[in-house]
Amino acid sequence: MADEPKEPQPPPVPPGDKPASTALPSAPAAKAPDAKAPAAPARPAPPPPKPPVSLQTPLNNELVARLRCKFDAAIVEAIEDRKQAIVTVARERLGEIALYLRDEEKFDMLSDLTAVDWPRREKRFDVVLNLYSFAKNERLRVKAHAADGEKVPSMTGVWPTANWLEREVFDMFGIIFEGHPNLTRILLPEEWQGYPLRKDYDILHQDTAWVKENLGIESGQ
Amino acid sequence: MGEGESGHRKRAIGEYRTAGEVEGETPLSTEVTTEHITQLGADELVINMGPQHPSTHGVLRVKLKLDGERVIGSECVIGYLHRGVEKIGENRTYQQFAPYVDRMDYVAAVSNGLGYCEAIEKLLVVEAPPRARVIRTILTELQRIASHLLWLGTHALDIGALTPLFYCFREREEILKIFEKYCGARLTTHAFRIGGLQYEAYDTLEKDVERFCKDFTSRIVEYEDLLTQNRIWLGRTKGVGILSAADAIAYGVTGPVLRASGVKWDIRKAMPYAAYDQYKFEIPTGTAGDTYDRYMVRMEEMRQSRLICLQAIENIPTGPILAKVGKVLKPPAGEVYHAIEAPKGELGYYVVSDGTVQPYRVRIRPPSFVNLEAFDRMVRGHLVADVVAIIGTLDIVLGEIDR
Repeated sequence: MADEPKEPQPPPVPPGDKPASTALPSAPAAKAPDAKAPAAPARPAPPPPKPPVSLQTPLNNELVARLRCKFDAAIVEAIEDRKQAIVTVARERLGEIALYLRDEEKFDMLSDLTAVDWPRREKRFDVVLNLYSFAKNERLRVKAHAADGEKVPSMTGVWPTANWLEREVFDMFGIIFEGHPNLTRILLPEEWQGYPLRKDYDILHQDTAWVKENLGIESGQ
Repeated sequence: MGEGESGHRKRAIGEYRTAGEVEGETPLSTEVTTEHITQLGADELVINMGPQHPSTHGVLRVKLKLDGERVIGSECVIGYLHRGVEKIGENRTYQQFAPYVDRMDYVAAVSNGLGYCEAIEKLLVVEAPPRARVIRTILTELQRIASHLLWLGTHALDIGALTPLFYCFREREEILKIFEKYCGARLTTHAFRIGGLQYEAYDTLEKDVERFCKDFTSRIVEYEDLLTQNRIWLGRTKGVGILSAADAIAYGVTGPVLRASGVKWDIRKAMPYAAYDQYKFEIPTGTAGDTYDRYMVRMEEMRQSRLICLQAIENIPTGPILAKVGKVLKPPAGEVYHAIEAPKGELGYYVVSDGTVQPYRVRIRPPSFVNLEAFDRMVRGHLVADVVAIIGTLDIVLGEIDR
């Protein structure tokens, strides 16, 4: 992108405030009299920051209506983000909602199961399920909030593929899945202390005791 | 997890004794976790395979529970190559993280890069220009052929056919040369940029691709001559590692493994990305879901990829190769899940943005990780010698599984 000097892309500025550039005699570009880039230092104040763009809108399609009708208050929120459907559900009822989605709504494949940590929130974890329906050729994201230490129903009985995916989430976030047949660490060593993908786990942090005992070195860095 | 005194190395020695075998010691309580491994009968034996084993395609360790020569249970131990890629992603800017994804499935780096760049483009709500999309498609399809060739060579080698390896590497070399000419790298290419391409196609790209495609027809025939009707090959692959369509879906298996089980599903057709909606190609499927069908599906996929390349080079649109995305990427807050059909299956990126220059979370859904989960299902009842055939047929890459 650095090789395209003919049309300098100015920072997005509301069309209203461009007087400073026209008065500037040093602007050499003849075909673009309103080139704002060189005028930037002369401007008294930076343009007001753009209001944050929100690409998330409430979602009210038939699927959400059916879910609301069946599960009522357990459907906490339904939004659409960049044309992708996201439904947030109550953690306690995730199991039955998952069964309903698989059997009645034909979301027969669990593409992915993961989590996101929001430490400043009251319930810090989002458990995120990415579902796919072969029959409808449609994806759906189901989320459930969980506080630290709160148990999330395991999906292994609904989609067997959740087995390893939940183990990985447990490994990386320390979220307990209730009903999982074998909830142990999968990528890290069994005895490792701490959950690396939590936001309060620094990127340089590690289980120094484990590293010392098993690798015989002071630090893995 | 807290095991106190029993350290990692200590356990490695005594771990196959059943619980209670040595009085006062319960070494298996946290180590061996699956039921079928812990309960051993009189004639049963647990053996260890890997992580240093030529047929595990990397550092995969498999614990096999055997009854004589027959496998009655298995457990995969993974994580030896864990580098914390997802954590690194949270500490880099969007552009800085792009080269890292090449190091997951390192035999299909171009596909990884495509998935990541397209996911971030979706997050930014921009689209790569048509020219960039077509060139991306060409390179990604060449990468699919290269990945399948590597699979074929090593898979055949595992089973005992030495010759195909050299043939496959001969053709793969041609593809790597094209990559090298295009972007200077052969393996971890970082060929694409968020918003399009960094480099314009070099002058003779079309010619090189065309020449490769022309030669490749007869080359596939060579491989097939060596294997398809080969008695030993048939004996070692037919009926081995059967996965039914229902099981495949339940286990979330994707890619050629799913298609060999008879499910006609390919993300390139179901949810087209790049420029795949412009080209005609077939989705090969199998019926039996065994190792032989997976072999046939991948062979046919290489032919189809070749056809896509030929269609694509015929008409590469002119125009810019990079959308205007700016140098500092700050996607609006929100999240996106974008999946592509990588050579090994569904490669998904789930990226969460909080409006800053670094991703808040990058989740990579690796196809090999999920496919390997079905391994236990496929291996039961087979002989020890078939284990390497089944590992090979899954086409796993440990860099992607462990991340």
